[in-house]
Amino acid sequence: MVELGQIVEKVRSKNAGPFWLTIDVFCGNSDVFARVAALPTGRVAALFGVAEAAMKRFDIADLNVVKFSVPRPVVQGTRADRDMHGAAWGCLLAEMPLD
Amino acid sequence: MTRVLIPTGALGLGYERAALALGVANRPDIIAVDGGSTDSGPSYLGRGVSKYSRGSTKAEWRELMLARAEAGVPLVIGTAGTCGADAAVDWLFQITEELAAELGQKLRVARLYSSQNAADLTAALASGKITPLPAAPPISAEILASCTNIVALAGAEQIQAALATGADIVIAGRTTDTAIIAALPLLRGDHAGAAWHGAKVGECGAIATTNPASGTIQIDFDKTGFTFTPLGASARATPYTVSAHMLYENSDPFILHEPGGQLDVTAARYQALNQREVRVEGSRWVPGPYTVKLEGARVAGYQTVALALLRERRYVEAARAWADAVIAETRARVAARLGLAADTYDLEIRLIGIDATMGALENHRPLPAEVGALAIVTAPTEALASEIGKMVNPYLLHHALEENEPMPTFAFPFSPAEMNRGAIYEFCLNHVLHLSEPMSSFRLVVTEVGHG
Repeated sequence: MVELGQIVEKVRSKNAGPFWLTIDVFCGNSDVFARVAALPTGRVAALFGVAEAAMKRFDIADLNVVKFSVPRPVVQGTRADRDMHGAAWGCLLAEMPLD
Repeated sequence: MTRVLIPTGALGLGYERAALALGVANRPDIIAVDGGSTDSGPSYLGRGVSKYSRGSTKAEWRELMLARAEAGVPLVIGTAGTCGADAAVDWLFQITEELAAELGQKLRVARLYSSQNAADLTAALASGKITPLPAAPPISAEILASCTNIVALAGAEQIQAALATGADIVIAGRTTDTAIIAALPLLRGDHAGAAWHGAKVGECGAIATTNPASGTIQIDFDKTGFTFTPLGASARATPYTVSAHMLYENSDPFILHEPGGQLDVTAARYQALNQREVRVEGSRWVPGPYTVKLEGARVAGYQTVALALLRERRYVEAARAWADAVIAETRARVAARLGLAADTYDLEIRLIGIDATMGALENHRPLPAEVGALAIVTAPTEALASEIGKMVNPYLLHHALEENEPMPTFAFPFSPAEMNRGAIYEFCLNHVLHLSEPMSSFRLVVTEVGHG
Protein backbone atom coordinates (compact mmCIF):
# COMPACT_ATOMS: atom_id res chain seq x y z
CA MET A 1 0.00 0.00 0.00
CA VAL A 2 1.30 3.41 -0.94
CA GLU A 3 0.21 6.76 0.45
CA LEU A 4 -0.59 9.61 -1.94
CA GLY A 5 2.14 11.77 -0.41
CA GLN A 6 4.76 9.15 -1.27
CA ILE A 7 4.22 9.42 -5.02
CA VAL A 8 3.47 13.14 -5.54
CA GLU A 9 5.89 16.08 -5.31
CA LYS A 10 3.92 18.11 -2.78
CA VAL A 11 0.54 18.48 -1.19
CA ARG A 12 -0.19 22.05 -0.11
CA SER A 13 -3.19 23.33 1.79
CA LYS A 14 -4.05 26.96 2.52
CA ASN A 15 -6.99 29.19 3.19
CA ALA A 16 -8.62 30.73 0.15
CA GLY A 17 -10.07 33.56 2.19
CA PRO A 18 -11.61 32.96 5.64
CA PHE A 19 -14.44 30.79 4.34
CA TRP A 20 -12.68 28.33 2.01
CA LEU A 21 -9.80 25.88 2.11
CA THR A 22 -7.90 24.81 -0.96
CA ILE A 23 -5.65 21.78 -1.30
CA ASP A 24 -3.25 21.51 -4.25
CA VAL A 25 -1.66 18.19 -5.19
CA PHE A 26 1.46 18.74 -7.30
CA CYS A 27 1.90 15.41 -9.09
CA GLY A 28 5.14 16.16 -10.94
CA ASN A 29 4.45 14.09 -14.05
CA SER A 30 1.59 12.79 -16.13
CA ASP A 31 1.76 9.19 -14.84
CA VAL A 32 1.33 10.28 -11.22
CA PHE A 33 -1.26 12.84 -12.32
CA ALA A 34 -3.30 10.05 -13.90
CA ARG A 35 -3.23 8.04 -10.67
CA VAL A 36 -4.29 11.02 -8.54
CA ALA A 37 -6.91 12.10 -11.06
CA ALA A 38 -8.46 8.63 -10.72
CA LEU A 39 -9.30 9.35 -7.06
CA PRO A 40 -13.05 9.45 -6.51
CA THR A 41 -14.09 12.92 -5.30
CA GLY A 42 -16.31 11.28 -2.67
CA ARG A 43 -13.32 9.68 -0.94
CA VAL A 44 -11.61 13.04 -0.57
CA ALA A 45 -14.84 14.68 0.63
CA ALA A 46 -15.24 11.98 3.29
CA LEU A 47 -11.62 12.46 4.40
CA PHE A 48 -12.31 16.17 5.00
CA GLY A 49 -15.76 15.57 6.46
CA VAL A 50 -17.53 17.74 3.87
CA ALA A 51 -20.37 17.02 1.45
CA GLU A 52 -19.14 15.97 -1.98
CA ALA A 53 -21.53 18.43 -3.63
CA ALA A 54 -19.95 21.34 -1.72
CA MET A 55 -16.48 20.57 -3.02
CA LYS A 56 -14.85 22.08 -6.11
CA ARG A 57 -12.33 19.97 -7.99
CA PHE A 58 -9.96 20.89 -10.80
CA ASP A 59 -7.88 18.30 -12.68
CA ILE A 60 -5.29 20.46 -14.46
CA ALA A 61 -3.30 18.27 -16.85
CA ASP A 62 -1.15 21.18 -18.08
CA LEU A 63 0.31 21.57 -14.58
CA ASN A 64 -0.04 17.93 -13.43
CA VAL A 65 -2.02 19.36 -10.54
CA VAL A 66 -5.24 18.18 -8.91
CA LYS A 67 -6.89 20.87 -6.82
CA PHE A 68 -9.68 20.48 -4.26
CA SER A 69 -11.49 23.46 -2.69
CA VAL A 70 -13.93 23.05 0.19
CA PRO A 71 -15.98 25.46 2.27
CA ARG A 72 -14.24 25.57 5.64
CA PRO A 73 -16.08 23.27 8.10
CA VAL A 74 -15.32 25.96 10.67
CA VAL A 75 -14.70 29.54 9.60
CA GLN A 76 -11.10 30.68 9.95
CA GLY A 77 -10.32 31.98 13.43
CA THR A 78 -13.63 31.14 15.07
CA ARG A 79 -13.48 29.50 18.48
CA ALA A 80 -13.67 25.99 17.07
CA ASP A 81 -10.96 26.56 14.45
CA ARG A 82 -7.75 24.62 15.09
CA ASP A 83 -5.66 25.66 12.12
CA MET A 84 -5.68 29.41 11.36
CA HIS A 85 -4.01 29.13 7.95
CA GLY A 86 -5.49 25.80 6.86
CA ALA A 87 -1.93 24.52 6.83
CA ALA A 88 -2.43 20.92 7.95
CA TRP A 89 -5.35 19.76 5.84
CA GLY A 90 -3.00 18.62 3.10
CA CYS A 91 -1.47 16.10 5.54
CA LEU A 92 -4.71 14.14 5.65
CA LEU A 93 -4.68 13.84 1.88
CA ALA A 94 -0.94 13.06 1.75
CA GLU A 95 -1.48 10.17 4.19
CA MET A 96 -4.43 8.72 2.30
CA PRO A 97 -3.71 5.22 0.98
CA LEU A 98 -4.01 4.77 -2.78
CA ASP A 99 -5.40 1.50 -4.08
CA MET B 1 4.29 49.79 -21.58
CA THR B 2 4.02 50.04 -17.83
CA ARG B 3 6.70 48.66 -15.54
CA VAL B 4 5.62 47.78 -12.01
CA LEU B 5 8.23 47.05 -9.35
CA ILE B 6 7.02 44.77 -6.53
CA PRO B 7 9.59 44.76 -3.70
CA THR B 8 8.10 41.89 -1.69
CA GLY B 9 4.95 39.83 -1.20
CA ALA B 10 4.05 41.85 1.88
CA LEU B 11 5.68 44.70 3.76
CA GLY B 12 7.40 42.98 6.69
CA LEU B 13 8.26 39.75 4.82
CA GLY B 14 11.67 40.96 3.62
CA TYR B 15 13.49 40.82 0.27
CA GLU B 16 16.98 40.83 -1.22
CA ARG B 17 18.41 44.34 -1.02
CA ALA B 18 20.30 43.90 -4.31
CA ALA B 19 17.11 42.82 -6.05
CA LEU B 20 15.31 45.99 -4.95
CA ALA B 21 18.28 48.12 -6.07
CA LEU B 22 18.19 46.40 -9.47
CA GLY B 23 14.48 47.08 -9.70
CA VAL B 24 14.99 50.79 -9.03
CA ALA B 25 17.80 50.94 -11.61
CA ASN B 26 15.42 49.40 -14.17
CA ARG B 27 13.32 52.60 -14.02
CA PRO B 28 9.90 51.39 -12.92
CA ASP B 29 6.74 53.48 -13.44
CA ILE B 30 5.41 52.65 -9.98
CA ILE B 31 6.40 50.69 -6.87
CA ALA B 32 3.57 48.61 -5.42
CA VAL B 33 3.57 46.54 -2.25
CA ASP B 34 0.91 44.65 -0.37
CA GLY B 35 0.52 45.34 3.33
CA GLY B 36 -1.92 42.71 4.52
CA SER B 37 -4.31 39.82 4.20
CA THR B 38 -7.02 38.04 6.18
CA ASP B 39 -4.72 35.04 6.40
CA SER B 40 -3.57 35.65 9.96
CA GLY B 41 -7.12 35.61 11.25
CA PRO B 42 -9.85 37.96 12.43
CA SER B 43 -8.08 39.53 15.43
CA TYR B 44 -6.19 42.09 13.31
CA LEU B 45 -9.29 43.41 11.57
CA GLY B 46 -11.23 43.15 14.82
CA ARG B 47 -8.72 45.38 16.60
CA GLY B 48 -7.66 47.43 13.56
CA VAL B 49 -3.97 46.66 14.07
CA SER B 50 -0.96 45.29 12.17
CA LYS B 51 0.45 41.83 12.79
CA TYR B 52 4.00 43.01 12.14
CA SER B 53 6.10 44.91 14.63
CA ARG B 54 6.27 48.67 14.24
CA GLY B 55 10.07 48.45 14.17
CA SER B 56 10.14 45.98 11.27
CA THR B 57 7.50 47.88 9.38
CA LYS B 58 9.34 51.18 9.82
CA ALA B 59 12.69 49.65 8.78
CA GLU B 60 11.28 48.19 5.55
CA TRP B 61 9.08 51.21 4.77
CA ARG B 62 12.13 53.42 5.18
CA GLU B 63 13.95 51.43 2.48
CA LEU B 64 10.95 51.62 0.17
CA MET B 65 10.66 55.38 0.73
CA LEU B 66 14.32 55.73 -0.22
CA ALA B 67 13.76 53.55 -3.30
CA ARG B 68 10.79 55.73 -4.25
CA ALA B 69 12.83 58.91 -3.93
CA GLU B 70 15.54 57.44 -6.13
CA ALA B 71 13.11 56.14 -8.74
CA GLY B 72 11.03 59.33 -8.66
CA VAL B 73 7.76 57.42 -9.06
CA PRO B 74 4.75 56.79 -6.81
CA LEU B 75 4.94 54.20 -4.03
CA VAL B 76 1.64 52.48 -3.28
CA ILE B 77 0.80 50.17 -0.42
CA GLY B 78 -2.47 48.24 -0.29
CA THR B 79 -4.18 46.83 2.81
CA ALA B 80 -1.92 48.87 5.06
CA GLY B 81 -1.29 47.48 8.56
CA THR B 82 -2.43 43.90 7.80
CA CYS B 83 -6.17 44.60 7.93
CA GLY B 84 -6.60 47.88 6.05
CA ALA B 85 -8.93 49.43 8.64
CA ASP B 86 -8.74 53.21 9.02
CA ALA B 87 -6.73 52.94 12.26
CA ALA B 88 -4.13 50.80 10.49
CA VAL B 89 -3.88 53.33 7.63
CA ASP B 90 -3.28 56.09 10.17
CA TRP B 91 -0.69 53.94 11.95
CA LEU B 92 1.34 53.65 8.74
CA PHE B 93 0.73 57.32 7.95
CA GLN B 94 2.27 58.27 11.28
CA ILE B 95 5.31 56.09 10.52
CA THR B 96 5.52 57.80 7.12
CA GLU B 97 5.47 61.25 8.73
CA GLU B 98 8.28 60.25 11.09
CA LEU B 99 10.36 58.86 8.21
CA ALA B 100 9.75 61.88 5.98
CA ALA B 101 11.15 64.08 8.76
CA GLU B 102 14.07 61.72 9.44
CA LEU B 103 14.96 61.37 5.75
CA GLY B 104 14.39 65.02 4.86
CA GLN B 105 11.77 64.13 2.26
CA LYS B 106 8.92 66.46 1.32
CA LEU B 107 6.01 64.33 0.17
CA ARG B 108 2.41 64.38 -0.89
CA VAL B 109 0.73 61.44 0.81
CA ALA B 110 -2.73 60.20 -0.15
CA ARG B 111 -4.63 58.05 2.31
CA LEU B 112 -7.38 55.90 0.86
CA TYR B 113 -9.80 54.86 3.61
CA SER B 114 -11.79 51.63 3.22
CA SER B 115 -13.62 51.37 6.55
CA GLN B 116 -17.41 51.21 6.36
CA ASN B 117 -19.97 52.22 8.94
CA ALA B 118 -22.70 49.85 10.04
CA ALA B 119 -25.53 52.37 9.51
CA ASP B 120 -24.73 52.83 5.81
CA LEU B 121 -24.37 49.10 5.34
CA THR B 122 -27.62 48.40 7.16
CA ALA B 123 -29.38 50.69 4.68
CA ALA B 124 -27.58 48.96 1.80
CA LEU B 125 -28.63 45.57 3.17
CA ALA B 126 -32.26 46.68 3.39
CA SER B 127 -32.22 47.90 -0.21
CA GLY B 128 -30.70 44.69 -1.55
CA LYS B 129 -27.28 46.19 -2.31
CA ILE B 130 -25.44 43.59 -0.21
CA THR B 131 -25.42 40.05 -1.57
CA PRO B 132 -23.77 36.89 -0.21
CA LEU B 133 -20.82 35.04 -1.75
CA PRO B 134 -20.60 31.22 -1.67
CA ALA B 135 -20.33 29.89 1.92
CA ALA B 136 -21.36 33.24 3.40
CA PRO B 137 -22.76 33.29 6.95
CA PRO B 138 -26.20 34.87 7.50
CA ILE B 139 -26.08 38.59 8.32
CA SER B 140 -28.44 41.13 9.83
CA ALA B 141 -28.48 44.73 10.97
CA GLU B 142 -27.59 43.45 14.44
CA ILE B 143 -24.53 41.57 13.20
CA LEU B 144 -23.37 44.59 11.18
CA ALA B 145 -23.75 46.78 14.28
CA SER B 146 -21.74 44.32 16.38
CA CYS B 147 -18.64 44.51 14.13
CA THR B 148 -15.70 46.41 15.58
CA ASN B 149 -14.40 47.01 12.05
CA ILE B 150 -15.86 46.55 8.58
CA VAL B 151 -13.82 47.23 5.46
CA ALA B 152 -14.58 47.11 1.75
CA LEU B 153 -11.93 45.88 -0.68
CA ALA B 154 -11.04 48.68 -3.07
CA GLY B 155 -10.24 47.89 -6.68
CA ALA B 156 -8.18 49.57 -9.38
CA GLU B 157 -10.50 52.61 -9.71
CA GLN B 158 -9.97 53.79 -6.14
CA ILE B 159 -6.18 53.40 -6.45
CA GLN B 160 -6.32 55.35 -9.72
CA ALA B 161 -8.23 58.12 -7.91
CA ALA B 162 -5.49 58.21 -5.27
CA LEU B 163 -2.77 58.36 -7.94
CA ALA B 164 -4.64 61.19 -9.69
CA THR B 165 -4.03 63.42 -6.65
CA GLY B 166 -0.38 63.49 -7.68
CA ALA B 167 0.59 61.60 -4.54
CA ASP B 168 4.17 60.47 -4.05
CA ILE B 169 2.93 57.85 -1.62
CA VAL B 170 -0.49 56.19 -1.50
CA ILE B 171 -1.37 54.48 1.77
CA ALA B 172 -4.45 52.47 0.98
CA GLY B 173 -6.73 50.72 3.41
CA ARG B 174 -8.20 47.39 2.41
CA THR B 175 -7.80 46.70 -1.30
CA THR B 176 -7.83 43.52 -3.32
CA ASP B 177 -4.30 42.08 -3.45
CA THR B 178 -4.15 42.78 -7.17
CA ALA B 179 -5.62 46.30 -7.37
CA ILE B 180 -2.46 48.20 -6.44
CA ILE B 181 -0.53 46.44 -9.22
CA ALA B 182 -3.24 46.53 -11.90
CA ALA B 183 -4.25 50.18 -11.35
CA LEU B 184 -1.56 51.99 -13.36
CA PRO B 185 -1.40 49.55 -16.32
CA LEU B 186 -5.20 49.80 -16.63
CA LEU B 187 -5.07 53.60 -16.40
CA ARG B 188 -2.58 53.66 -19.27
CA GLY B 189 -4.66 51.40 -21.46
CA ASP B 190 -2.59 48.24 -21.22
CA HIS B 191 -4.38 44.94 -21.83
CA ALA B 192 -6.99 44.53 -19.08
CA GLY B 193 -6.77 40.73 -18.80
CA ALA B 194 -2.99 41.00 -18.63
CA ALA B 195 -3.16 43.76 -16.02
CA TRP B 196 -5.22 41.67 -13.61
CA HIS B 197 -3.49 38.38 -14.37
CA GLY B 198 -0.01 39.86 -13.99
CA ALA B 199 -1.16 41.49 -10.77
CA LYS B 200 -2.35 38.17 -9.40
CA VAL B 201 0.92 36.46 -10.30
CA GLY B 202 2.90 39.31 -8.76
CA GLU B 203 0.90 40.04 -5.63
CA CYS B 204 2.93 37.61 -3.52
CA GLY B 205 6.26 38.95 -4.76
CA ALA B 206 8.64 36.15 -5.69
CA ILE B 207 6.36 33.28 -4.63
CA ALA B 208 5.78 32.57 -8.34
CA THR B 209 9.52 31.99 -8.82
CA THR B 210 12.00 29.31 -7.85
CA ASN B 211 13.22 31.44 -4.91
CA PRO B 212 10.24 32.85 -2.98
CA ALA B 213 12.42 34.46 -0.28
CA SER B 214 14.17 36.71 -2.82
CA GLY B 215 11.03 38.87 -2.74
CA THR B 216 11.47 41.39 -5.52
CA ILE B 217 9.99 41.03 -9.00
CA GLN B 218 9.16 43.30 -11.92
CA ILE B 219 6.27 43.06 -14.35
CA ASP B 220 6.06 44.82 -17.71
CA PHE B 221 2.49 45.28 -18.94
CA ASP B 222 1.63 46.20 -22.53
CA LYS B 223 -1.19 46.11 -25.08
CA THR B 224 -1.16 42.33 -25.51
CA GLY B 225 0.17 40.73 -22.33
CA PHE B 226 2.74 40.91 -19.56
CA THR B 227 6.32 39.85 -18.96
CA PHE B 228 7.27 38.59 -15.51
CA THR B 229 10.87 39.11 -14.39
CA PRO B 230 12.29 37.97 -11.03
CA LEU B 231 15.05 40.24 -9.73
CA GLY B 232 16.59 37.99 -7.05
CA ALA B 233 20.06 36.74 -7.94
CA SER B 234 19.11 33.07 -8.16
CA ALA B 235 15.35 33.41 -8.75
CA ARG B 236 13.91 32.08 -11.98
CA ALA B 237 10.38 32.19 -13.33
CA THR B 238 9.17 29.39 -15.57
CA PRO B 239 5.83 28.85 -17.32
CA TYR B 240 5.17 26.32 -14.55
CA THR B 241 5.93 28.62 -11.58
CA VAL B 242 3.92 31.46 -13.13
CA SER B 243 0.88 29.45 -14.20
CA ALA B 244 0.82 27.43 -10.96
CA HIS B 245 0.52 30.65 -8.94
CA MET B 246 -3.13 30.97 -9.92
CA LEU B 247 -3.68 27.98 -7.62
CA TYR B 248 -2.35 29.82 -4.58
CA GLU B 249 -4.94 30.78 -1.95
CA ASN B 250 -7.55 30.71 -4.73
CA SER B 251 -10.53 28.36 -4.61
CA ASP B 252 -10.85 28.52 -8.43
CA PRO B 253 -7.53 28.56 -10.36
CA PHE B 254 -9.01 30.03 -13.54
CA ILE B 255 -11.32 32.79 -12.32
CA LEU B 256 -10.56 35.73 -10.07
CA HIS B 257 -13.35 38.09 -9.01
CA GLU B 258 -12.47 41.78 -8.81
CA PRO B 259 -14.49 44.98 -8.45
CA GLY B 260 -16.16 45.56 -11.81
CA GLY B 261 -15.64 42.15 -13.36
CA GLN B 262 -13.65 38.97 -13.35
CA LEU B 263 -10.38 37.69 -14.71
CA ASP B 264 -10.52 34.48 -16.75
CA VAL B 265 -7.15 32.83 -17.41
CA THR B 266 -8.53 29.66 -19.03
CA ALA B 267 -7.01 30.61 -22.40
CA ALA B 268 -3.75 32.13 -21.07
CA ARG B 269 -0.55 31.07 -22.82
CA TYR B 270 2.74 30.99 -20.91
CA GLN B 271 6.02 31.23 -22.78
CA ALA B 272 9.59 31.09 -21.44
CA LEU B 273 11.48 34.07 -22.92
CA ASN B 274 14.77 32.80 -21.55
CA GLN B 275 16.01 30.95 -18.45
CA ARG B 276 14.27 33.30 -16.03
CA GLU B 277 11.55 35.42 -17.64
CA VAL B 278 8.03 34.43 -18.69
CA ARG B 279 5.67 36.06 -21.17
CA VAL B 280 1.90 35.64 -20.71
CA GLU B 281 -0.86 36.47 -23.19
CA GLY B 282 -4.45 35.40 -23.71
CA SER B 283 -5.94 36.19 -20.28
CA ARG B 284 -9.37 37.75 -20.49
CA TRP B 285 -11.12 40.47 -18.46
CA VAL B 286 -14.89 40.01 -18.35
CA PRO B 287 -16.65 43.19 -17.16
CA GLY B 288 -19.49 42.77 -14.67
CA PRO B 289 -21.45 44.71 -12.05
CA TYR B 290 -19.38 47.03 -9.83
CA THR B 291 -19.24 45.25 -6.49
CA VAL B 292 -16.72 45.41 -3.67
CA LYS B 293 -16.18 42.61 -1.19
CA LEU B 294 -16.83 43.29 2.49
CA GLU B 295 -14.91 41.97 5.48
CA GLY B 296 -16.04 42.43 9.05
CA ALA B 297 -14.97 41.16 12.44
CA ARG B 298 -16.61 41.22 15.84
CA VAL B 299 -15.87 40.11 19.38
CA ALA B 300 -16.72 36.44 19.93
CA GLY B 301 -15.91 36.23 23.64
CA TYR B 302 -12.84 36.38 25.87
CA GLN B 303 -10.34 33.60 26.27
CA THR B 304 -8.05 32.20 28.92
CA VAL B 305 -5.82 29.24 28.08
CA ALA B 306 -3.58 26.94 30.12
CA LEU B 307 -1.18 24.21 29.12
CA ALA B 308 -0.27 21.06 31.07
CA LEU B 309 2.06 18.33 29.83
CA LEU B 310 1.29 14.66 30.44
CA ARG B 311 4.42 12.53 30.40
CA GLU B 312 3.48 9.47 32.46
CA ARG B 313 2.60 6.64 30.06
CA ARG B 314 -0.65 5.66 31.76
CA TYR B 315 -1.89 9.23 31.38
CA VAL B 316 -0.64 9.53 27.82
CA GLU B 317 -2.62 6.38 26.96
CA ALA B 318 -5.76 7.67 28.67
CA ALA B 319 -5.36 11.35 27.80
CA ARG B 320 -8.83 11.81 26.29
CA ALA B 321 -10.63 10.22 29.24
CA TRP B 322 -8.51 12.27 31.61
CA ALA B 323 -9.25 15.52 29.75
CA ASP B 324 -12.98 14.76 29.68
CA ALA B 325 -12.88 14.18 33.45
CA VAL B 326 -11.03 17.46 34.01
CA ILE B 327 -13.70 19.28 32.01
CA ALA B 328 -16.53 17.59 33.95
CA GLU B 329 -14.94 18.36 37.35
CA THR B 330 -14.28 21.96 36.39
CA ARG B 331 -17.79 22.46 35.03
CA ALA B 332 -19.27 21.11 38.28
CA ARG B 333 -17.14 23.53 40.26
CA VAL B 334 -18.03 26.49 38.01
CA ALA B 335 -21.73 25.68 38.47
CA ALA B 336 -21.38 25.34 42.23
CA ARG B 337 -19.16 28.34 42.88
CA LEU B 338 -20.03 30.83 40.13
CA GLY B 339 -23.60 29.72 39.52
CA LEU B 340 -22.96 29.88 35.77
CA ALA B 341 -25.19 27.94 33.38
CA ALA B 342 -23.24 25.41 31.31
CA ASP B 343 -24.00 27.13 28.01
CA THR B 344 -22.81 30.60 29.01
CA TYR B 345 -19.18 29.63 28.52
CA ASP B 346 -17.09 27.06 26.64
CA LEU B 347 -14.35 24.83 28.00
CA GLU B 348 -12.38 22.42 25.85
CA ILE B 349 -9.08 20.61 26.13
CA ARG B 350 -7.13 20.00 22.93
CA LEU B 351 -4.60 17.18 23.14
CA ILE B 352 -1.38 18.19 21.46
CA GLY B 353 0.29 15.03 20.20
CA ILE B 354 -3.06 13.26 19.74
CA ASP B 355 -5.46 15.28 17.58
CA ALA B 356 -5.10 18.98 18.41
CA THR B 357 -4.75 19.95 14.75
CA MET B 358 -7.38 17.85 13.01
CA GLY B 359 -9.83 17.02 15.81
CA ALA B 360 -12.40 14.40 14.84
CA LEU B 361 -10.88 14.06 11.34
CA GLU B 362 -7.57 12.74 12.71
CA ASN B 363 -6.98 9.14 11.64
CA HIS B 364 -3.33 8.62 12.59
CA ARG B 365 -2.95 7.40 16.17
CA PRO B 366 0.50 6.17 17.27
CA LEU B 367 1.16 6.67 20.99
CA PRO B 368 3.32 9.77 21.57
CA ALA B 369 5.92 10.15 24.34
CA GLU B 370 3.96 13.03 25.85
CA VAL B 371 0.72 14.92 25.37
CA GLY B 372 0.12 18.63 25.73
CA ALA B 373 -3.26 19.34 27.29
CA LEU B 374 -4.28 22.78 26.08
CA ALA B 375 -7.27 23.99 28.07
CA ILE B 376 -9.25 26.77 26.35
CA VAL B 377 -11.88 28.76 28.22
CA THR B 378 -14.13 31.12 26.25
CA ALA B 379 -16.49 33.28 28.28
CA PRO B 380 -18.60 36.44 27.84
CA THR B 381 -16.19 38.64 29.82
CA GLU B 382 -12.46 38.70 30.42
CA ALA B 383 -12.97 38.45 34.19
CA LEU B 384 -15.11 35.32 33.87
CA ALA B 385 -12.69 33.67 31.45
CA SER B 386 -9.87 34.32 33.89
CA GLU B 387 -11.91 33.07 36.85
CA ILE B 388 -12.81 29.82 35.07
CA GLY B 389 -9.19 29.45 33.95
CA LYS B 390 -8.15 29.51 37.59
CA MET B 391 -10.72 26.83 38.35
CA VAL B 392 -9.32 24.49 35.67
CA ASN B 393 -5.81 24.94 37.05
CA PRO B 394 -5.91 22.52 40.03
CA TYR B 395 -7.46 19.76 37.93
CA LEU B 396 -4.89 20.19 35.17
CA LEU B 397 -2.20 19.90 37.81
CA HIS B 398 -3.47 16.99 39.89
CA HIS B 399 -6.51 15.20 38.50
CA ALA B 400 -6.18 11.41 39.06
CA LEU B 401 -7.61 8.81 36.70
CA GLU B 402 -8.49 6.52 39.62
CA GLU B 403 -10.13 7.61 42.82
CA ASN B 404 -7.78 5.63 45.07
CA GLU B 405 -4.37 6.33 43.61
CA PRO B 406 -1.68 8.60 45.02
CA MET B 407 -2.18 12.17 43.81
CA PRO B 408 -0.40 12.70 40.45
CA THR B 409 1.20 15.99 39.38
CA PHE B 410 1.62 17.07 35.78
CA ALA B 411 4.19 19.35 34.21
CA PHE B 412 3.26 23.04 33.93
CA PRO B 413 5.62 25.02 31.67
CA PHE B 414 4.56 28.41 33.09
CA SER B 415 3.68 30.32 36.21
CA PRO B 416 1.00 31.53 36.24
CA ALA B 417 -0.39 28.59 34.30
CA GLU B 418 -3.31 30.54 32.89
CA MET B 419 -2.79 32.99 30.05
CA ASN B 420 -5.45 35.58 29.40
CA ARG B 421 -5.80 36.12 25.66
CA GLY B 422 -8.30 38.94 25.90
CA ALA B 423 -11.02 39.31 23.28
CA ILE B 424 -11.24 36.84 20.45
CA TYR B 425 -12.82 37.91 17.18
CA GLU B 426 -14.66 36.25 14.32
CA PHE B 427 -15.09 37.11 10.65
CA CYS B 428 -18.78 37.57 10.03
CA LEU B 429 -19.10 38.85 6.45
CA ASN B 430 -18.49 37.13 3.14
CA HIS B 431 -20.58 39.45 1.01
CA VAL B 432 -20.31 42.03 -1.73
CA LEU B 433 -21.61 45.59 -1.74
CA HIS B 434 -23.00 46.94 -5.03
CA LEU B 435 -21.76 50.46 -5.77
CA SER B 436 -23.15 52.99 -8.22
CA GLU B 437 -19.80 54.77 -8.32
CA PRO B 438 -16.44 53.26 -7.27
CA MET B 439 -15.48 56.06 -4.85
CA SER B 440 -18.89 56.25 -3.16
CA SER B 441 -17.83 54.04 -0.24
CA PHE B 442 -14.19 55.14 -0.01
CA ARG B 443 -12.53 58.38 1.11
CA LEU B 444 -9.32 60.10 0.06
CA VAL B 445 -7.29 62.43 2.28
CA VAL B 446 -4.23 64.14 0.81
CA THR B 447 -1.55 65.63 3.09
CA GLU B 448 1.81 67.29 2.51
CA VAL B 449 4.32 65.84 4.97
CA GLY B 450 7.98 66.39 5.84
CA HIS B 451 10.27 69.07 4.45
CA GLY B 452 13.11 68.97 2.00
